[in-house]
Amino acid sequence: MRRDAMLFLALGAFLLAVAAWQQIPTTLFMLVTASAYALIALGLNVQWGYAGLFNFGVMGFLMVGGVAVTFVSYPINEAFWASDGPFMLFKALLAAVFGGVLVYLATNSQRFGIKGKLRTFLMVMAWAIAYIVYRSQIDPAARLIEAEAGFVGGLGLPVVLGWIFGGVLAGAIAYVVGRICLGLRTDYLAIATIGISEIIRALVKNMDWFTRGTLTVSPLPWPTPSPTDIVAAGLEDATMSTILARAGFLSLTVLLIAVIFYFLQKAYEGPWGRMMRAIRDNNISASAIGKNVTKRELEVFILGSILMGIGGAILASFSQILDPSGYQPINHTFIVWVMIIVGGAGNNYGALFGGVFIYIVWTISEPASVILFDIISDFSEGVGIGAIPNIESRALQMRVFVLGLVITFALRYFPQGVIPERVRTEK
Amino acid sequence: MMNELIFFFNKVIVSGAVLGSVYALGAVGVTLIFGILRFAHFAHGDMMTLGAFVAFVLAAIASAMGISTFWPTGFIVLPFAMLITAGLALGIDRTFYQPLREKGVKSVTLLIASIGVTLMIQGLIRLFGGVQTRSFFENEPKELFRFDMSWLGSSRSINISEPQMLLIAVTVIAVVALHFFLTRSRLGKGMRAMADNPSLALVSGINTNQVVRATWIIAGSLAAMAGTMLALDVILKPDLAFNIVLPIFAAAIVGGLGQAYGAIAGGFLIGFAETMSVFNWAIMLRPFRDNLPEWLPNDLSIVPTEYKLTVAFVILVVVLLVRPTGIFKGASS
Repeated sequence: MRRDAMLFLALGAFLLAVAAWQQIPTTLFMLVTASAYALIALGLNVQWGYAGLFNFGVMGFLMVGGVAVTFVSYPINEAFWASDGPFMLFKALLAAVFGGVLVYLATNSQRFGIKGKLRTFLMVMAWAIAYIVYRSQIDPAARLIEAEAGFVGGLGLPVVLGWIFGGVLAGAIAYVVGRICLGLRTDYLAIATIGISEIIRALVKNMDWFTRGTLTVSPLPWPTPSPTDIVAAGLEDATMSTILARAGFLSLTVLLIAVIFYFLQKAYEGPWGRMMRAIRDNNISASAIGKNVTKRELEVFILGSILMGIGGAILASFSQILDPSGYQPINHTFIVWVMIIVGGAGNNYGALFGGVFIYIVWTISEPASVILFDIISDFSEGVGIGAIPNIESRALQMRVFVLGLVITFALRYFPQGVIPERVRTEK
Repeated sequence: MMNELIFFFNKVIVSGAVLGSVYALGAVGVTLIFGILRFAHFAHGDMMTLGAFVAFVLAAIASAMGISTFWPTGFIVLPFAMLITAGLALGIDRTFYQPLREKGVKSVTLLIASIGVTLMIQGLIRLFGGVQTRSFFENEPKELFRFDMSWLGSSRSINISEPQMLLIAVTVIAVVALHFFLTRSRLGKGMRAMADNPSLALVSGINTNQVVRATWIIAGSLAAMAGTMLALDVILKPDLAFNIVLPIFAAAIVGGLGQAYGAIAGGFLIGFAETMSVFNWAIMLRPFRDNLPEWLPNDLSIVPTEYKLTVAFVILVVVLLVRPTGIFKGASS
């Protein structure tokens, strides 16, 4: 326990050093993003640390959160509501429901005595018909909306509602993904979840009528007063208003994390957490003593994904832009894994520590590499080899290398993480 | 009618065979590593990119030395690039995977380590090579073969570029060579034995360390081959193969992880599935256009072109659900 406190103190000192070097507004910016990542890391810790579920599709859930908050909080697009768009989308929804019923009937056709090859054939046909019917409705709707209104716009509701909706939507998708994939072994589960997150990315990127695709949606509103609001309220100093606005946003995310952390910790220490660890460590014996392994795993998968969805929504709101091409597996999936592994899987404090620490390391490794390269460049010029060209753009790439180095180093030398899981034993 | 068939051939068969060859070469490496070392080697895509960059550097050196032949320079240096990449693959295994294996970690840990390796290779490539795209054909022309099909009554010709033809040719050679290696040589038989049952292979006196090394050499050189040929066909860029590592996994899983022949079949299956699903089938109906009903839309492709890669993921997920061991019953450790 004392070691953990020391680690967090060291993290605080590190943050102060970063603040002294990178100025306070930049540090606050990093901290807000880091807090969103800490929330996402907590979500992954619930899935991987509590239950041993191998989710490599974090990016997909972050995108879902981003899309959800955009839809809820972005101002209303009058042109869309005035057009035929809503009606046509309603028809497409009906088509989707029809298709869903068809697939459901075909899947459950053994209840009507249809078995074997005929059932397989019916299922394939049902999927094909559902797809064709849905496409026949959604395609004209998408064309009309893109031509007449650009995209559907938002609902103009409060941002926090959008965060909640992000969590709900991510949870709903996690339910479907979990029902499909959770039976798979770890390696297969990893690849399947990556595949699904790539499917989500392709959809979000290309559903221009809903997300504007590569055109991006901005500016998304903040839940707290933004710098311009503060300037409008009468504070002239630009730096001060940025600091105040970011501090306001940060206090909201920190409050959110504190509440979520409290409940996660309660759940972890309680019977539910012990049951999850039992399932993780030996699912056969857990099911032998009457635990419904599949159901519990689905439950924990949804819980973790809800946290990821909220985190993704916070990220999108804070950066004020929904940019589907900005989502990359490295920045949004693998980095979260590094956070968990370095911090310590199975320990919420570890996830929190890893989330903040790795995000800061990831961000400052760029300016740090610029300094490093400048030194090397000066040296190589001195010996006559010549300077390093394009130092700025090269330094950016160092982040990825540093991330890879950290992950392999951590796996080899401290596989349990810096704040490892502690199993409470009776004394 | 002939025109449409030739169009179909160009768009689906040729592109599908090209794509399938790349996937197959990648998937063989993935599947061999899975069979022998029991983990999903995620860095395989970046090993392909690495091989392509090695080939590019060698080609640049070769043309600086004034070597110019009938063949594209990038193709001439391919054997050397394969050798170097195989060496790099061995080095990567030594430094990153072997220590973990010796600690007896779970396969999941190795998978995560391979992601770390992916990131490092990507970072290094971009650090030294920058993010811009490069072409192997800056100083020499990229030849395009046109096969006149007028004897079949078609005004269109079958088009296939030189790199595409070479790619298909080297894939066939590699597959045949691999087949003879696996079935005839002592080491190849040892590899198959170890994929089937590692402990039995060990007690039967098979040198497992040698088998592991052979696996990395084969996987590394095939990755370099696939990467270089892909870069010759399209363009060389830092994320050349990172984007296709998932279709490659899809191919390996469809074929059954651990099954070399399955991986080849899976690669072509995924390749053809992708080209067929974005092909506009309405073109095939054009000869009958006078008899077609009015309501038939002009675009009959199964998915829009921008979802081409998604097809592989959908196949992947469906295969994982319906038949997780793949069509050729793979290892399920």
